[in-house]
Amino acid sequence: MRTKWALAAAGWMAAGAMFFPLLWMFLTSFKTEITAVATPPALIFKPTLDNYAAVLERADYAQFAANSVVVALGSTLLALAVAIPAAYSMAFFPTRRTRGVLLWMLSTKMLPAVGVLVPIFLLWRRFGLLDTRIGLVLINSASVLPIVVWMLFSYFREVPREILEACRMDGATPREELFHVLLPLSKPGITATALLSIILCWNEAFWSLNLTTVRAATLTVFTASFSSPEGLFWAKLSAASTLATAPILIFGWISQRQFARGLSFGAVK
Amino acid sequence: MTRQRHRVRTGPLMTPAVGMLLVWMIVPLLMTLWFSAQRYNLLDPGGTAFAGLENYRDLVTGRALWVAMGNTLLLVGAVLAITLAGGTLLAVLLDREFPGRNICRLLVIAPFFVMPTVSALVWKNMLMNPVFGLIAWITRSLGLGAPDFFATAPLAAIILIVAWEWTPFAVLILLPALQSLSKEQREAARMDGAGAAAMFLHVELPHLRRPMAVVAMIETIFFLSLFAEIYVTTAGGPGLASTNLAYLIFQDALFEWDVGLASAGGVVAIALANVVAIFLMRVVGRTLEAER
Amino acid sequence: MASIELRSVGKRFGSHEVVRRVDLLVEDREFVAFVGPSGSGKSTLLRMIAGLETVSEGEILIDGQSVARVPPAKRGLAMVFQSYAIYPHMTAAENMSFSLRLAGVPKAERDAKVREVARALEMEALLERKPRALSGGQLQRVALGRAMVRQPKAFLLDEPLSNLDAALQAQMRLELVRLHRELKTTMIYVTHDQTEAMTMADRIVVLNEGRVEQAGTPLELYNRPASLFVAGFIGAPKMNFLPAQGAEGRTLGVRPEHVRIGEGGELAGEIVALERLGARTYVHARLTDGTRLVAEAAGDTGVREGDRLAFRILPEGRHWFDGSGRRVT
Repeated sequence: MRTKWALAAAGWMAAGAMFFPLLWMFLTSFKTEITAVATPPALIFKPTLDNYAAVLERADYAQFAANSVVVALGSTLLALAVAIPAAYSMAFFPTRRTRGVLLWMLSTKMLPAVGVLVPIFLLWRRFGLLDTRIGLVLINSASVLPIVVWMLFSYFREVPREILEACRMDGATPREELFHVLLPLSKPGITATALLSIILCWNEAFWSLNLTTVRAATLTVFTASFSSPEGLFWAKLSAASTLATAPILIFGWISQRQFARGLSFGAVK
Repeated sequence: MTRQRHRVRTGPLMTPAVGMLLVWMIVPLLMTLWFSAQRYNLLDPGGTAFAGLENYRDLVTGRALWVAMGNTLLLVGAVLAITLAGGTLLAVLLDREFPGRNICRLLVIAPFFVMPTVSALVWKNMLMNPVFGLIAWITRSLGLGAPDFFATAPLAAIILIVAWEWTPFAVLILLPALQSLSKEQREAARMDGAGAAAMFLHVELPHLRRPMAVVAMIETIFFLSLFAEIYVTTAGGPGLASTNLAYLIFQDALFEWDVGLASAGGVVAIALANVVAIFLMRVVGRTLEAER
Repeated sequence: MASIELRSVGKRFGSHEVVRRVDLLVEDREFVAFVGPSGSGKSTLLRMIAGLETVSEGEILIDGQSVARVPPAKRGLAMVFQSYAIYPHMTAAENMSFSLRLAGVPKAERDAKVREVARALEMEALLERKPRALSGGQLQRVALGRAMVRQPKAFLLDEPLSNLDAALQAQMRLELVRLHRELKTTMIYVTHDQTEAMTMADRIVVLNEGRVEQAGTPLELYNRPASLFVAGFIGAPKMNFLPAQGAEGRTLGVRPEHVRIGEGGELAGEIVALERLGARTYVHARLTDGTRLVAEAAGDTGVREGDRLAFRILPEGRHWFDGSGRRVT
């Protein structure tokens, strides 16, 4: 009994310490700009929603948010559309090359983004993709594609072989097999994969910072703009950050287990 | 028994994915290699010329590359050590039964889902600011004065931020791994007289070895290209104090518009990542094998 | 309604031969069981008939027509899988009517057919349930129902009872026999359990290492096993094998019920264990030359462990096998 409470104390302290910066951000978002920088820090204050109002009123905030949504969803849809057939093919009709292809796909993830920054920048400029949503969607979907393929592959592989054989005995074509049985069966897996991909694209910073400026800039770029020294608008920064973080944090909490599976490339189930 | 091959043409199914990755990987890679051997500056109207190894020579003889490389390795090494140790401890802690364990788990992994620009700004402004920051207030109250982290120890400050972001990732991977340890194996160890410490050392830690290797290598890949955190906090400064390879290339490319030099830096970054990649592929390849 | 003929059918996985030159004719409306230990090729054989596995050599004919180029669904066969392979996202009724849906049968007709089959299987109450709300025995019925709905020419059953508990197995055995009688279709049944094969099949095909060891009615196999392998595989407890005196290399096989205890017999041995089943007792003995012998005795037999007794082998229960394991008549 004693050890249980000692454990609980340790666990809660650790959790509190890890979560504190986010909690602090959340609290600050309800302060006025004055109380936000008060010394000693204000723990008890009259909460205000002014910051949220101010952030939401900014016309460009809506645009940043819309860009984030479009880019995250667009990249995810594109990646899924490309990955599902590939994962299906590799899980159920493996050839001698399947293993090699899978590892090669993973290896593209090893290519550091900075290594190809220059050519991507120049190519995007050449094709008018700089500062466009489509440009960002293309690059994000390519960069999450290996993870999406791997996750789908591992989910598909868990579908019992006999189910698919029963399906063939029932007279399904490969297309019917995919749409009537495999996809409905792996719906939880596909949902988890989509969530993971949305989270990764939503939080992606390197390419958004380097390939967009205004029109296609996402919330990562928007929050980064608060780093400039001229603005000490901590309360507004906190409100904007809370808005940008909350939905994705909830997605993350929902799909935490799948995260482990997707990011460890099958090493953790 | 091997899976049966039916007469399904896998080509059309595979082509989009393979094609996309091929274009995404091969084309820029070749361009990087090509540019790295060119004298090519976007600000210089003179156009391009073959430069051979000139860019590499400039890089190698300059101080920036070596400082950036050192910073990169220090950053990777320090964050790896902190996240692995911290992540393992937290995973072991959260693996035990105690009231509120599931909520604690959610709180602990939360930082990983926050966009890096937000994380870095929250730390930079609200926690580490030398005047209004929470930490400064605490140290002042203790009579220790107020440290200006980003001026005096910029790299350490960035290491702290990144470690805070990525310790949850270690927990995310290691906790399920720990929970997959069979209950019977633990019970057997208890019957053999293993206490908490012995259990950790002789049962749990060996079980975590492979997941830990995976965590280490995936983190390494990400840390080698660490960018946003530096971009919003120190911008690589003061001087070169917190410039890593990624940031150096970014500066060469998008501030100096020196395509040749930046590309040469890119090649170095790719080479560095490949060393890590080879190890990671080996571990993952073995996992794939074990599954069959 | 179909006869199924295998003409020197073989299957290779790489260089590994799983099925070797099997010739077999399954008559229309016959209930045939394939039995053998795991790895004997019985499942592979069934899967080749189903079309789930390609045929490396020879050919398979259904109603006299080669099916080499006919895909599984077009062969007119239905299969019941060991794991049942029920689609977890569909209700029992949807599972059963899936093949009809794929074939474009109108909904009203599908429903009528499913209800008819459900009535025959006494599972009408389960139709709207999802698989996770069904027990093992109920899933088994859905799997059977799915096969029956298609009104196949023949049923292929791959160890369908192995995931059920013993009581349910016994019940389902009787039910399958009843279904076979009522449906009047060909059935091929794969099992590793010789009791299942003995109790259900018209004819048993014993497979060993990809070859047919013997095919015949259950009693033919029991009374006149063609080889040592069949003799040892069919019947429980197993047949006793004794080295034959005088005839070098030969083996004498004798079933426990053909051994008598203590009647001035030619063999002597010590009782090492007793298996009392109530109605009868199996007496395990170690003979003087070290061979083990099991004899069947009355339920209330008075022998005890450690007794030294004589055993006699009834002349009608003697099976002789030569050095290569073949029966010598």
